[in-house]
This record gives sequence, structure tokens and C-alpha cells, in this order.
Amino acid sequence: MADAHAEAVHVHKEPTRFIWKYVFSLDHKVIGKQYYFLALFSVFVGMCLSILMRWHLVWPDAHIPGLHWLSAAGAPNDQMTPEYYLSLMTMHATLMVFFVLTTAPQSGFGNYFLPIQIGAEDMAFPRLNMLSFWTTFAGLMVLISTFFVADGPPLSGWTAYPPLSGLGSVSGPGEGLGQDLWIISIAIFCVGSLLGALNFIATLLELRTRGMKLMRLPLTCWAWFLTAILALLSFAVLFSAGVLLLLDRVGGTSFFVPAGEVISDKLIRGHAGGSPLLWQHLFWFFGHPEVYIAILPGMGITSHILSCFSRKPVFGYRAMAYSMMAIGFLSFCVWGHHMFVSGMSPYTGFAFSVMTMAIGVPSAIKTFNWLGTLWRGRLQLTTAMLFSLGFVSLFVSGGLSGLFLAQPPVDVNLHAGYFVVGHFHMVMGVAAIFAMFAGTFFWFPKMFGRMMNETLGKIHFWITFVGVYCIFMPMHFLGIAGNIRRYSRFTEVIFLNTPHMIGLHEFMSIAAFVTGAAQLIFLFNLFWSMFKGPKAPQNPWHATSLEWTVPSPPPFDNFGGRHPVVHHGPYEYSVPGAAEDYVMQDSPEAMAAH
Amino acid sequence: MATTIAPPKSVTPAATFGQGRNGAGGSGGNGGHGDRWGSAPWTVPDRAYRTGMWMGIAGIVMVFAAFTSALVVRRGLATDWVPTALPHILYLNTFVLVASSLTLELSRRSVRAGDGVRFRRWLYLTAALGLAFVAGQWTAWRELASRGVYLATNPSSSFFYLLTAAHGIHLMGGITALLTLALRAKRLAASGRLVPVEVTSIYWHFMDGLWIYLLILLRVRL
Repeated sequence: MADAHAEAVHVHKEPTRFIWKYVFSLDHKVIGKQYYFLALFSVFVGMCLSILMRWHLVWPDAHIPGLHWLSAAGAPNDQMTPEYYLSLMTMHATLMVFFVLTTAPQSGFGNYFLPIQIGAEDMAFPRLNMLSFWTTFAGLMVLISTFFVADGPPLSGWTAYPPLSGLGSVSGPGEGLGQDLWIISIAIFCVGSLLGALNFIATLLELRTRGMKLMRLPLTCWAWFLTAILALLSFAVLFSAGVLLLLDRVGGTSFFVPAGEVISDKLIRGHAGGSPLLWQHLFWFFGHPEVYIAILPGMGITSHILSCFSRKPVFGYRAMAYSMMAIGFLSFCVWGHHMFVSGMSPYTGFAFSVMTMAIGVPSAIKTFNWLGTLWRGRLQLTTAMLFSLGFVSLFVSGGLSGLFLAQPPVDVNLHAGYFVVGHFHMVMGVAAIFAMFAGTFFWFPKMFGRMMNETLGKIHFWITFVGVYCIFMPMHFLGIAGNIRRYSRFTEVIFLNTPHMIGLHEFMSIAAFVTGAAQLIFLFNLFWSMFKGPKAPQNPWHATSLEWTVPSPPPFDNFGGRHPVVHHGPYEYSVPGAAEDYVMQDSPEAMAAH
Repeated sequence: MATTIAPPKSVTPAATFGQGRNGAGGSGGNGGHGDRWGSAPWTVPDRAYRTGMWMGIAGIVMVFAAFTSALVVRRGLATDWVPTALPHILYLNTFVLVASSLTLELSRRSVRAGDGVRFRRWLYLTAALGLAFVAGQWTAWRELASRGVYLATNPSSSFFYLLTAAHGIHLMGGITALLTLALRAKRLAASGRLVPVEVTSIYWHFMDGLWIYLLILLRVRL
């Protein structure tokens, strides 16, 4: 095997000093954990922000103790101003969408497990991997800094529509330096994401071990691969849009800002001819693939886990892989459904509507295949399995409301209302998070060498599962009744200030507080188990993919210096005639050809 | 057989940390028994670097696709479009950049032949031509400035500065890569490992092609 090209580009040597081992590590496992904990921090902050928001919505005049420390201007006397509500909402969404849903499922679990599942010792470009993480970290620091600058965080939403976001501090508190830092943070995040994406793609295409044909990949690998392609193509567009917006703000250009803007009775000069719609097109061309970036890894994890704990192969493996490809492709064709009310031609609306309905087909195929996987299985209701079942339930609930929103005439009424808020929280804010919980409970033994507590896990699951339905289902009714979103209070709007509407909001808020508190059970379980959990065996779940062929936790080079050879597909459970009810991917046990 | 719920298999805690067969159920992937594959040192194949570079290029293509789209839309909507006359030095710069691609190919030929000295010389020349290109772009900017045409003067000029700056920044990254190669030229030529040169060449030629696309775009659409 000694040809010129096999002059070994060695996997990096195992470091000994703390800084190279745990801080600037090149090891994909360490980097995966770093991303995971970055996301955990971000979700905790984002959740606290949502608690503040839900508190304010039902008790708008409340004094929230200590809030003035966060922002003297935004919360004088500890009472939240409407503008500060919008700032908190912006930061909640930005943290959650970017630093939780785009990092943990893809860069967290993906970094840790993609190389192992394909039989490699590391990602293709370990140094680039390390750079990607620290770039993302830098982006998070810049974003968090907006809390502490003079005027606070921006208030234009995670969607940052100009002209509001394009004019500077005249638009409102936080729209000066806060908005600039937001754009810079997201631009930095885009770079980190792009570097990570190209690493994933090169790794999956070129570093698979012998026998690991594409159609033998675990569906998690398919999901990470396709998500990386989506990220590569879409984050680049967001980056460009961000550059243009920043130029409008500081460079005096007019890409997005038209002439004649009047804010607070002041005529804005210095801009002319820009198009806010241009921003919307650029942003949503990124924005729609982004939400599939958030959900696809979760779909892969769900397939992986449902199969294991049903002791059955994934129903329709090929259909699952092709469906994910179809979802990925179609996600670039539907961005206009975020813009049905922007004044587009009804024919354009029709085209986007048809494509949006079309994307429901592969999603439905996947849902039916999950059910088919479960059907006649011997279900083991571990916590990971419960969360995966919860994912299916929440994905259906959240996805169905998307079909309503896909109809332009219906969307005209529902756009910018709570129906939309309920929809995207169900699919992104809950279903995707449930997949993260499932992945955590499933892979924790491998990552940390210990088992999490199943009792605590189940308590946490049930409270959260019931809780999120209580929080987000009423939003659909509120939306149909006309409840507008991004309002900081409803008591001043006559048709919203009714006992039924306010009552539903109170119900949702209380559910949110309880569910939020229940997450502390998970946090306790996670950290306590890391140090005190019972030691994990190599394959506690009797699963089949390659990560379960290595010790818990894996050694530095994953496979202890050997190359695994793959003989089977990833989900050989309950194979007739096999010695046990599972056949590992690298087992030489002979079976009918697959 | 109906769908059943079985009690989860009991998990026997491991006796020691990190315990496990360091091989799968069976013979650890057929690693033993004289199979050299199983025990050969793990390497990242060269094609991974090429794939990575092409993926990076795909990302950069999307950045400029977005800028192009913005240009087309902005121009289509504009009532205030004042076309920007392109400074003539841009055409000279184009010639310089194309020449740099040729010198880069000559350097690749040298390294394939194992000639470290010529390899380094052509690399330095390529980098110098790249820097000359950047200087020429800067001159074009100065010429526009002397006419009173700046970034925010009108939408057309905004796109001129945006596109040339974006390309220039990426090109300077390429120049950095070329100089890094040049500093390691002797070692590279001796080792026979061509992949760093190959991927740098892919990037550089892409920058060349991108510039030609941008020049046409600026000429036709600005």
C-alpha cells in the first residue's frame, strides 16, 4: 500500500497538555462536545428569555426583579418596555435558531458520530474543524455582547427586515450598535457553518471505511450529509445579504432602503431606491433551507433510534434516504411561502404554494415509514425511544399546520399571527429539541462512558411532552382568532383583550414556567450522570452501527488503530436465523446479501 | 405478531471505564489474519482535499450568486440607475490574472518533475502577478474616486465596489496560499505530494474564472 500518496497524512497525535486536549482540540469528539455545550448554554439563555417574554405577555406591568440590571433603559423600574420585549424576542430567536438548532444536531452530534459511524478516525480536516468551532464561539460572544452595549440588542427580529434594520439607531433602541453587532455575529456564524459543512461533505464522501457503501450508511449520516449540503449553499446567501445590510447601515448604500422613510416624524435622508423585498428574498432563500437544516438531523436520529428500540430495520430505508434528498432539494424552491403577503403576483404565490405542498410528500413518506418501523416491533420504551416517539408526534402536529399556511388565501389571514408561531415552535422549537434529547439519552453512554438515569429521564420526558403541547397548541387557536405576533402586550387591543384570549395566554405562560422548570431535571440528570452515573458498557442498547463497536468512551483514534470493515446495512435487527436479535455492521456473520 | 412493548434489556454496567472489546462482535472487522488494510496507518486520501476545495468553491459561488441576484433585482427596480463606466485598467488586470494562471500551471509542471527551484520561482511570479492584479484593482478604485464615484454614490457604483472588493479579498487569500506553498516549495517538490499544489491551483483558477465572469457582469449589467 506504499505509493506516493500514502505518505501518511497522519491523524494528529494525541495531545497531552490541557489546552491542546480540551480547548484547541483537533479531535472531532472533543469538538462535538464543545458544540453540544455551546448549544446547551445557548438554549438555556434562550429559554430564560422566553420565560421573560411569556411573563411579560400576561403580566405586562409586572416588576420583574433584577431586570433593570440587564438593561436600565429597557426595563426602568424592572418593568419591561415594549421595545425591550422585541429585543428579547430577537435574541431568543437568534440564539435558538442559529446557536442551538443549527449547532447541536449537526455540529454537535454530527461531529462526534459521523466519523465513527463511517469507520474513520476523524474528520477529513481536523484543523478546519477546530477553526469552525472557535469561529462559531466567536459569533456567539459577539451576539451576547449586544446585551451589554449601550442601547441593547436589536429589536428587528431574527429576520432583521429592513428598513427597520437598515437605518441605524433612529429606528429604535438597539438598532444602532446592537444591530451592527448582530449582523457581524451572524456573518461570523455563517463562516463557521460553511467551513463545517465542507468538512462534513468531504468526510462523508471520501473517508468511509471499506464496505461502507452509501446505501449502508446509517440514516444519521445521510441526514448530516444532506444538511451539510444545505448549509453550504444557503449560509453563503445569508452572508451576502448580511454584507449588503451592513453596507446600507454604515456605507451609505441603498440596497434595501428606499427613499422617503419617515420615522418618528423624521424624514430619513441619504437612501434611495433600495428594495426591502430584495432582503426578504435573499433572507428567505437562506431561511427556508435553514429550518430543514434544523430538522433533518433530528429526522435521521429518530430513524436511528426508533429502529434500535423496535428491534426492527427502518421501514423503507431507501425511501428514507431519497425522501431526505427530496426534502433538501425542495427546500430551495419554497422560500416565497414566507412572503405570501408581500404583494407577489398570485401566480408566483401559486407556484410557491404547490412546491410547499410538494415538500409535504417526502415528509409524509418519512412519517409513515417511522410508523412502519414501529409496527409489529418489540418496543423498548427507554427515554431515548420516548423522545423519538415524541418527535414523531410533534413533527406531525407541527407539520400539519404548515399545510394550512401553505395556502396563500389562508396564509393572508394567518401570517404574522400566533398560528405561525405555534407552527414553527412545534416543528423547530419542540420536535427538533426532542430529537436532541433522544440523541442525548441514546449517545450519552458512548460519549461519557456512563449511563443517564432513566427514571429522571422519563419524568422529564412526560412533563416536557405534555407541557409543550399545553404551550403551543393553544397558539393555533389564538392565531385563527386573530392574535397578532410580536406584540408585547394584548391588553390595549380590544379584540385581543378578552377573557378567553388572555386566559389562553395565561394558560400557556404557566405551562411554559412549569415546562421550563422541568428542564432542570434534565440538566441535573446530564451533569450528575457525567460524574456519578453507572459506568456504561460498550453497547448498552444492543445497537448495530459502528459507534457501538468501540469502547465507551472511544479511544483517541476511535477504532484503536484498526480499520473496521462493513459487511451489513445499518439496521439489521431481528434477522431470522441470526445468533442474536441484532447483527453489527462489521460482523462477519453471514446473512442473505443486502 | 402485534406491536409489543418489551421491557428494555437490562444494561450491565461496565466494570471499568472505557471497557469494551476493541473489535466488533466477531473479529473486529476482519482486521487480523494478514489483511494489511486492517492495520495500515489511517490516511486522509488526497481526493478528500480536492472534494473539500470544490465544496468551498461551491460556497463562494453561492456568495457571488446572491450578489448577482441582488444586482439584477436592484437594477431592475431602479429609477436612479447611473451606469458606471469601467476604468480601462480592468482589462489590463484581467490579462495579468490570466497570465498568473498560466504561470501557476508552469509551476505545477515543475513540481511534478520534482524541480523545486523552478517550482518556487513560478510560484513567486504567480503571487507577484496576483499582487499586481490587486494593485491594478486599487488603481481602478482610485480612478473612480477621482471622478467622484464612491461606494454610496449610486447603486451601480455600490455594486462595482462590492463585487471587486469581494473578489479581491478572496484573491488575497489565494495569494497567501501561494506564498505558503512557495515557502515550503523545496520540501513539497522532494516529497512528491502534489495535493497542496493541486488544490491551490483549483482555487486560483476559480478566482481567475470568477473574475472573468464578474468583468462580463459588470460590463453588461452595471
